[in-house]
Order: sequence, then structure tokens, then C-alpha cells
Amino acid sequence: MYVLRRLPSLIATLLAVSILTFLMTSLLPGDPALQILGAENATPEAIAAVRAELSLDDPLPVRYLHWIGDALTGDFGRSYRTNEPVSQAIVERLPVTAEIGLLAIVIALAIAIPVGMLSAYRAGTRTDKVISSTSFGLLAVPNFMVAILLILIFAVWLGVLPATGWVNFTDNPVQNLRSALLPALSLAIAEMAVYTRLLRTDMIATLQQDFVTMARVKGVSNRRILFRHALRPSSFSLLTVAGVQVGAIIGGSVVIETLFAVPGVGRLLLEAVLVRDLLMVQGVALVIAVSYVVVNFTVDILYSYLDPRISHGRSAARV
Amino acid sequence: MTASQKEGRANEPLLEVDDLRTYFDTPRGIVKAVDGVSLRVDRGKTLGIVGESGSGKTVLSRSIMNLLPKANTIREGSVRFEGRELTTMKNKEMRTIWGAEMAMVLQDPMTSLNPVTKIGEQITESLGIHLNEKGKVAKAHAVELLKSVGIPAAERRLGEYPHQLSGGMRQRVTIAIALACSPKLLVADEPTTALDVTVQRQILDLLESQQTQRNMGLIIITHDLGVVAGRADEIAVMYAGRVVERAPTRELFARNRHPYTEGLLRSIPRLHQPSHSRLQAIPGRPPDLVDPPAGCPFAPRCNYAQDKCLTETPVLAPHAAGHEAACHFPVGTTAGQEALARNVAAGRTAAGTPLDSTVLATAGAA
Repeated sequence: MYVLRRLPSLIATLLAVSILTFLMTSLLPGDPALQILGAENATPEAIAAVRAELSLDDPLPVRYLHWIGDALTGDFGRSYRTNEPVSQAIVERLPVTAEIGLLAIVIALAIAIPVGMLSAYRAGTRTDKVISSTSFGLLAVPNFMVAILLILIFAVWLGVLPATGWVNFTDNPVQNLRSALLPALSLAIAEMAVYTRLLRTDMIATLQQDFVTMARVKGVSNRRILFRHALRPSSFSLLTVAGVQVGAIIGGSVVIETLFAVPGVGRLLLEAVLVRDLLMVQGVALVIAVSYVVVNFTVDILYSYLDPRISHGRSAARV
Repeated sequence: MTASQKEGRANEPLLEVDDLRTYFDTPRGIVKAVDGVSLRVDRGKTLGIVGESGSGKTVLSRSIMNLLPKANTIREGSVRFEGRELTTMKNKEMRTIWGAEMAMVLQDPMTSLNPVTKIGEQITESLGIHLNEKGKVAKAHAVELLKSVGIPAAERRLGEYPHQLSGGMRQRVTIAIALACSPKLLVADEPTTALDVTVQRQILDLLESQQTQRNMGLIIITHDLGVVAGRADEIAVMYAGRVVERAPTRELFARNRHPYTEGLLRSIPRLHQPSHSRLQAIPGRPPDLVDPPAGCPFAPRCNYAQDKCLTETPVLAPHAAGHEAACHFPVGTTAGQEALARNVAAGRTAAGTPLDSTVLATAGAA
């Protein structure tokens, strides 16, 4: 099966990702022990004691194995600062970021697919030009600018959505959605522009294919040609890029979550970096990296559903 | 319907193209891809349209089928299908004719089938649109169609994707799709060009047998005279967007009148020639259709070219029953022989193309 064939490469990637995450955080300048103790308590003896307690003096490979072994059992250690288990902090914060990110992708696709198709169908016309220049404009605006503008319009002027804060889904689903909407929209705008451009380009190419001519000659309506014949073959790069862009969404969430005062992993990571909460940074970075790899693995699998030539790739060689 | 009306319908051609022009407005200028073509196809008859790439034959087929984009396209003349004028029809009206009454088979079966849709779905689609067949009925019909085009294990094929089939099988599938709603006219644009030689014949035989069974009009567009030689009732030779010679197949092969047709015939390899004899190619290339030179567009490549050919564009003139050619000095006529002899004696044609005496020896041999 296709999924099983791809599994070894997934495991190898995850391993590499965990090593890189570990190395990057461990090689950061500054002594975590100093940070934990604070300047006034940092006597050489106290520092040595903390370093011993945290096994900071062990060689890097030993520390890595120790860390990854615990991580596999779900134990990422405790925050130096709050003494809260890292895993617990992540479990609390991850759903928030996931919800905002997912909502952002859904909004971006829901707008980009019809708009991109329209742009391709009307290629070269005024409609297409307006869509294209709007997309470029939106691409050029950084997401924190978009966020501030959205807060100004929807929270300050119209007063229909909250400017900051977060309500858990389990507490109040409607309020939860309201608090997620502006952060998600801020992340969605740039994605939407990317998706629109991408789909337009691929769709224009698809519409010139012989099989589209064949469909027309069968008497198929334009709407059906666009949605049933052309959309799927045009969406391969859209899907790939949507997967890759999950990275941009996670990166953007660091800024956006801080701006909207939303308790997600982005903000957690930022706070941990600022106080050099080493184990917290490692844990969050690992979870983010793993999510990214898993999302793109899933995209790969989705590919084979979208394009039957991939899953049959090997057997088709006989033709 | 009265008897006389019925009579009228029976005599009326299936497809009548009259002085069709199709120009494209491009940044380089107006491209005269089809420049005044008249054709006629009767029920149950085959018309072969022959020409090299760039002669406008593919644009002609798209123009007849009303498939060209409206933007930047200038289209004049008329295309009547069973008396109905197609050139003024909107896409919405065309959709009731496309697939149901007129169908098309394209050159490359690799690209003319949707790569991500199962074969079965691609066949039943038009059954649903035009015959309102759905579900099991449509599926049974699709199996029947696949069987009729010679696809083994038809039931299994319905669930397969195009890439799981060989090139020949794929072209059979596109033919099955085209024939699904029993069209009255089938336009096959280079239906065998992308296929292996061994498969080409099978596909042509299939088209011929389906045409006979269904009493369907068939247009075969090809660059290869050999493809239509034994199959077409009539052949139109296209050059630079025009029909330069038109004749019943037998007549064309026996008494071709246009030097371009002569060139095409000579470029077919022949078994009776000794091994390693050089294939006669037509020198040069087709003219640029943006700014075609004055006079006969073939003159720069023509062995017979005289001064008149460089200034006056020849029009189709009758030579025999149903045989027309557009040439001032037709092949096989006294005028033509004299023109060729003059050019050979001068060592060059009026257009400046060098000639040698071997041309004279082979002239008329084809």
C-alpha cells in the first residue's frame, strides 16, 4: 500500500527533525542555569548544582538520547520558569493554534478556489486583471498589518468581533469561533492570494488541454467542465503549496497570537524563547516540526487520491 | 413531412461549408489560418482533409465544430449542419449538437482523456447529458460501446484510469466516447498520428466499420495521404489555409492536378522503387500566414512556378466531375508540362528555386 511504502521516509524525516530541533536549541548561547537562578543567586556552586540536576554537562548525544527517549513517552520535562510540565502546556495550547490555522486554511481555500477558477476562466479580461492585482496587493501586506487593520475595522469601528482574548470551544462554541475569526482571517489573507495565483496559473494550463476540448465536444456545460473536469487536475500544486504553507501559518501564528493575546503554541514558544526556557522551547519546537512533517506526509497521501497516476505509478510502468 | 420535403432532406448535404474564413488577431498581425474553404460531406461518406502542419486543417476542424474562442477570432462564411447555420450559434445551442450530433476524436489519446477520471465515467457523461441515461442503464450502454470498439474485458475497463491503457486502447476509448450518442458526423483530427504503425491500421479500420454501420458522415484530417488513400470517398488537399485541390479519391490519385498534391503523393514511400531510392521531399516550408506573399502561396516551393504565379492567386477551377484544383499550370496538362520544361531549361523557377533535370524525369511518374 502507498501509505506503508512512504512510512520509512516519514520516520527518517522525523528523526532528522528531532535531532535538528535539539541541536538548535542546545547550541543557543547563554547558560540556562544562570537564567533559572537569576543574577543575584548565581553563585558558581549554585550554577554547578543546577547544571548537574539538569544533566547539562553530559555530552550532546547522551543528552539527546535522554531527551528523545523521554519525549517518546510524552515527557518533555518541566518548564524552568513555572515548573509546569512542558507536555501539559503544549496539550493546552496546541488546539488553539490548530483551530486558528485550520480555520485560516479553510477560509483561504474557500475564497481562493472559486476566485482562482473565475480568474482562469476569464483569463486576460478585466475581471482577471482586478483579481490578479488584488492578489498581489494582499501578498505584499505583512500579516501583522492585516491584523491591525482587521482589528480596526471589525473590533473598533464595527464592534462586531472581539479585538483580543480567547474563549475555549468547550466553554462557548459561538464565542470561541468569534475569538478565532480575526486571527484566522489575518493569517488567511496572504495564503488566499498565494492559492488564487497558483490555481489560476494551473487552471489556465488545464483549460488548454485536449481533454477539456473533448469535454466541450461532448456537450458538457462550462460549469461542469470547470468543477468536474478541470479543478482536480489543476489542484496538484495548490495542494503541495498548501501543505508547505502550513509552515508559514505556524510562523505567522507567533506574531498573530501575540497580537490578539491568544494562548496558542506560537505565543508559548515566543515567551519561552524570551526567558530561555530551554526544555519548553525544545518541546514546542519539536511538536511544531513534527506537526509540519505529518501535515506534509498527509498531503502526499492525499495526492494519490487526487491523482490516480501516483498510486498506480509502479503498475503503470508496464504500459 | 411531405414526400417532397423528405426528398429534400435526403439530398441535402449533412455538412456544407461555404467560403469559411477564420482569422486570428495576434500581436504580429492577422493570421489567415483558414482563408475561404468550401466543403461538403454527405451522410455515410468520408471526406479526407490532407495537408502538412501549419496548413490550417486543425483550425478548420475547430472552426467547423464551433470550438474556437470568440476573443480575437474573426470568422466569416457559413457552416451548415443539416441546414442549420452553426457559425451564429451560441455555445448553449451548440451543446445540444456537440456529442449528440457532431463528435470529435483528437490526435493524442494520451491527452484527450481526463487523467484523473475513470474511463466509465468519461463515457457515461455524455450518455447522461444527451440521452438522460443514468446508473445501470448508462453503465450497460458504456460496456456495449467499449465492446463495439473492440476493447476486451470491457466491464473491468470501466473502473480503470486512462494511464492503465495502451495508446491504441485509449484511442478506442475516445472513439467510444465520440460514438456514444450516435452522432451524424464524426470529425477525426489526426486520429492515428500519435499511434504505433501497427495500431494505426486497426484504428482506421474501426472508424471505417463504425461509419458504415451507423451511416455516419466522417471527416478524417491527416498529414498523411496514405491514411485516407483507401478510405475516403473524397479528398481535399489544404495548403496555407486554402483548399488547393479537391477530388474523389480515385480521381485524385490517378490524375492529380496541383503540384502540391503531386509533391505529397511523391513523398509516400513506394514498394516498387528500388531500395535506398531517395524519398522526394517538397523543398522549403509553408508560408507565414500572417503576411502571405502575393500570388499562389505554393509558388516559392513549386517546380512549375511561372511569373503569373507570383502575382495572381489561382482559384479552384473544375477539371473533371467533382475535381477542382487551384493552379495556373496544372500537373498533367500541356500548360503544366510546358511550364515545367521552361523552368528546367532555365535551371530555376520563376520564384528563384533551383531545379535540375531529374525533376523532369520523375514528373508525372507519380
